[in-house]
Amino acid sequence: MFEEVGTTTEGDLVINVGPQHPATHGVLHLVLTLNGETIKNVEPHLGYIHRSIEKMSESLTYRQFIYVTSRMDYLSSHINNHACALTVEKGLQIEVPARAQVIRVLMDELTRLASHQLWWGAMAMDVGALTPFFHAFREREAINEIMEETCGARLTMNYICPGGVMIDLHPNFQRKVKEFITLFKSKIDEYDEMVTGNIIFQNRMKGIGLLSKEDAISYGVSGPAARGSGVSCDIRKLYPYEIYGSLNFEEILETGGDCFARYLVRFKEMRQSLSIIEQLIDNIPEGDFQAKTKAVLKLPKGEFYSRVETARGELGVYLISEGGTTPYRVKYRSPGFSNLSALNHMSKGYKLGDLVAIMGTLDLVIPDIDR
Amino acid sequence: MFIVDYIKEVYGAVKSLLTGMNRTGYYFTHHKEIITQEYPDNKDTLVLSERFRGEVVMKHDENNEHACTGCTACELACPNATIKIITKFDVTPEGKKKKAIDTFVYHLELCTMCNLCVEACPTGAITMAQTFEHSVTDRSKLIKKLNQPGSKIREGVE
Repeated sequence: MFEEVGTTTEGDLVINVGPQHPATHGVLHLVLTLNGETIKNVEPHLGYIHRSIEKMSESLTYRQFIYVTSRMDYLSSHINNHACALTVEKGLQIEVPARAQVIRVLMDELTRLASHQLWWGAMAMDVGALTPFFHAFREREAINEIMEETCGARLTMNYICPGGVMIDLHPNFQRKVKEFITLFKSKIDEYDEMVTGNIIFQNRMKGIGLLSKEDAISYGVSGPAARGSGVSCDIRKLYPYEIYGSLNFEEILETGGDCFARYLVRFKEMRQSLSIIEQLIDNIPEGDFQAKTKAVLKLPKGEFYSRVETARGELGVYLISEGGTTPYRVKYRSPGFSNLSALNHMSKGYKLGDLVAIMGTLDLVIPDIDR
Repeated sequence: MFIVDYIKEVYGAVKSLLTGMNRTGYYFTHHKEIITQEYPDNKDTLVLSERFRGEVVMKHDENNEHACTGCTACELACPNATIKIITKFDVTPEGKKKKAIDTFVYHLELCTMCNLCVEACPTGAITMAQTFEHSVTDRSKLIKKLNQPGSKIREGVE
């Protein structure tokens, strides 16, 4: 694989896709080597949206550094905050109240649904269907309104704080979520009918961007992209955090390894998230929404690691503390970066038009890759 | 066999097309399901959630009194150095010196509406307002003084 990077023979065409290209969903710069229309090599160039979030975190306190992670993977910002809060709680050894745990998981799943909805619309738009994009955004708006009412913001919620959540649920929360469940249950069948069964869509996805199980593991691909190749890697199942261990949901596995398998995994995950929300919405326990914590948090000296399943894969937070009020070092293992590393392998030998479909099923969020 | 596959494909394409057109027809005849709101026109009916985080404001009551003691908890909690509190010493009628805020400077251009300052405030003096149209023609207009002129701390707030 490595010897081919940058080598061009006569007749090859080197073109740049991005950094400003609508199909890359952000400032991703790909240098493609093409032979006719066949892809010989894909080289991602990163760094256009690097904000040094890891370095910034070293000068922020344990309450402050959580909010910055909303700016990494902005579509699953709540889950990112969750990962950081789990790490801090691990260091402080705080027991999070049952109510806060349920609220966190509910919000996680709502965020995952919103993220998958946006992915579904954008994915269909990438392969040429514009209408699903508007349909997806219409239902996503309902989730955004629920978020705005309870958390105070639509995208970068910053609802989690060490020890629980910042503010209790809004009185309308349960009613609004139930309304959303009934709405979305009818709409998801419409999605299925409109896009999954469409023959043009299937022809563009089936057999494209094959990734074998072995390759998925060796590239460190995680999340729905890896589960499309049959790798069981759902952190919610394998290493349950919060109340995920007691919930009844399935880990979706497909063995195709192509774009359509990855599409199906994400699509079926939407139904699973919906089922988790249904299980929890009537069973929110009473009690505190926040554990009592000190005003200034100090983690004991040591290293702490926690991981969660975001909408895109496994997010790991590795934190070293020297005993002070700020972290000594923070490292994020972001799902987007590892998933992008497999892009070259997946798209070799396919046509230029297929690259857009492959990138779509990887569900890349560029600020997550660059941090 | 090629012919059979070909006919199957054509049948599938026509079926997919009709499924799509069915949805189009449904929304064409059901206008009530269209939820688009056109923003500047709906300004009178636009209701934002009471928790919506638009900007930080200081609560003043009818006597032009606030609850800010100038403890700088919000200043320390802010990750972006958005808040700067300038304190002064008031002389009470008994002749004692008492710390009070002179100016509560709020840099809206630096604020990310993360709510950490409101969480940190021990007296509940600041809160988030629902305003969201913050565009101005000059950057200096974004630097705001939150305490109203002539305001003083409410009796009994320590």
